[in-house]
Amino acid sequence: MSQDGYPDDLLYHPEHDWARIEGEDSDVAPPEATLGITWYAQDALGEVVFFEAPAVGTRLVQGAPYAEVESVKAVSDVVAPLSGEIVAVNDTLEDSPQLINEDPYGQGWMVRIALSDPAERDALMDADAYSASLGG
Amino acid sequence: MPTTLRRTALYDRHIAAGAKIVEFAGWEMPVQYEGVRQEHMAVREDVGVFDVSHMGEIETSGPQALALLQRLISNDLSKVPIGGAQYGLLCREDGGVLDDLFTYRLDAERWLTVTNAANHAQDLQWWCARADEFDARVDDRIEDYAMLAVQGPRARELVQAISDAPLPPRMTAATRRLMGVEMFVCGTGYTGEDGVELLLAPAGAPALWDELMRRGAVPAGLAARDTLRLEACYHLYGNDLSIERGPIEAGLGWCCAEDTGFIGSDAVRAVREAGPAEKLVAFAIDGPGIARQGNPIAGGGEVTSGTLSPSLGIGVGLAYVPSEHAAVGTRLEIDVRGKMRPAVVREKPLYRKGS
Repeated sequence: MSQDGYPDDLLYHPEHDWARIEGEDSDVAPPEATLGITWYAQDALGEVVFFEAPAVGTRLVQGAPYAEVESVKAVSDVVAPLSGEIVAVNDTLEDSPQLINEDPYGQGWMVRIALSDPAERDALMDADAYSASLGG
Repeated sequence: MPTTLRRTALYDRHIAAGAKIVEFAGWEMPVQYEGVRQEHMAVREDVGVFDVSHMGEIETSGPQALALLQRLISNDLSKVPIGGAQYGLLCREDGGVLDDLFTYRLDAERWLTVTNAANHAQDLQWWCARADEFDARVDDRIEDYAMLAVQGPRARELVQAISDAPLPPRMTAATRRLMGVEMFVCGTGYTGEDGVELLLAPAGAPALWDELMRRGAVPAGLAARDTLRLEACYHLYGNDLSIERGPIEAGLGWCCAEDTGFIGSDAVRAVREAGPAEKLVAFAIDGPGIARQGNPIAGGGEVTSGTLSPSLGIGVGLAYVPSEHAAVGTRLEIDVRGKMRPAVVREKPLYRKGS
């Protein structure tokens, strides 16, 4: 299992999901965000044994579930921290779902979306606020 | 929901071993330690130990103890010799299952029945309500026993090394001294592996636990207990058994001896003769996905237990289906939260040694 932690370059949704926003400086393309679940979420869930990403093109709505992640024991919703359309999915998780435990902010990323409303980021927490919300 | 959760004599040991603790049937129990897959494989390949002290015990004794038990329990306990063990069901008049139980014959007129934690209080009431008609005594022994299940291919060897005499064979039980402490050793389990279950005074449990750990047993939690029993196709009360369905539907006709006249025997006989409308089958998902309890099945029926099998690496489970869909090899479509997943009826058990 990975070490407990919440990187500073991510934004956090209270349902224990993270977003890494990229390409905000570009004038041509809309900014994109990579999404996943936090260290806290994967730890609470235990060993992840199944994850199936939705198809490219699926529209995500901030605060609504877009996928499910399963441990041996339980199923849990994965909630979208931001709205947008999926432009890429992490296919490696189909065969190696344990990457969500081992590297939740890296190889355990779930989907990449083109943001439909970048201003939604204001509703998310930074690492300090998210850590504090966990009662750490 | 009880406001105060109970703890077993081994609670501190679980915390020290890094267990994740959950509420289960009014108890604070370890659901996992290092991880369910590791614990599962330790039991399949080596030896694991479970604290199952939350399970209840009822002692039935007296000249008519057997007569009372024959009225209560579905199986024929007159066939059990002293030191023997037998699995049976507690049924209502309509055949609905109230609990599934192991009963051990301690002596000619003394029996010990192990109950499910969630059902213990109700079972005890059921026992007491019918005891008046018999010259028998019923005692709640839940406070008197801690219970450890040592399971896996190396379980017997490990326990034998600290026992004063040879361990009882499978499906039998005997009093032994382990590290000088007297306890009841049963050749039973719930994992599909060989092993023993140990019933002893709670005060002696921590030292026994420590010794088992020192000898290399891996602590295993309720989550691994569930995946192991599901691969072995053992029923779990509350999932695969309930008052909604009878023993024949559950595939437990083998432990019903209607001729003993147990409560519910008429209903069981009627279903056995007419044939059940539905049957409990084992299934494996064909492809990705994991079915869970409550998932409906196209054409009728529902999943009552489902998980990812750590030994097989695929989604497996138990489900009630219409009897015409119960043959091994039948293809099923399971509605897993809106996504139809193909599955196949498999032979029981789902996992067998060497498979």
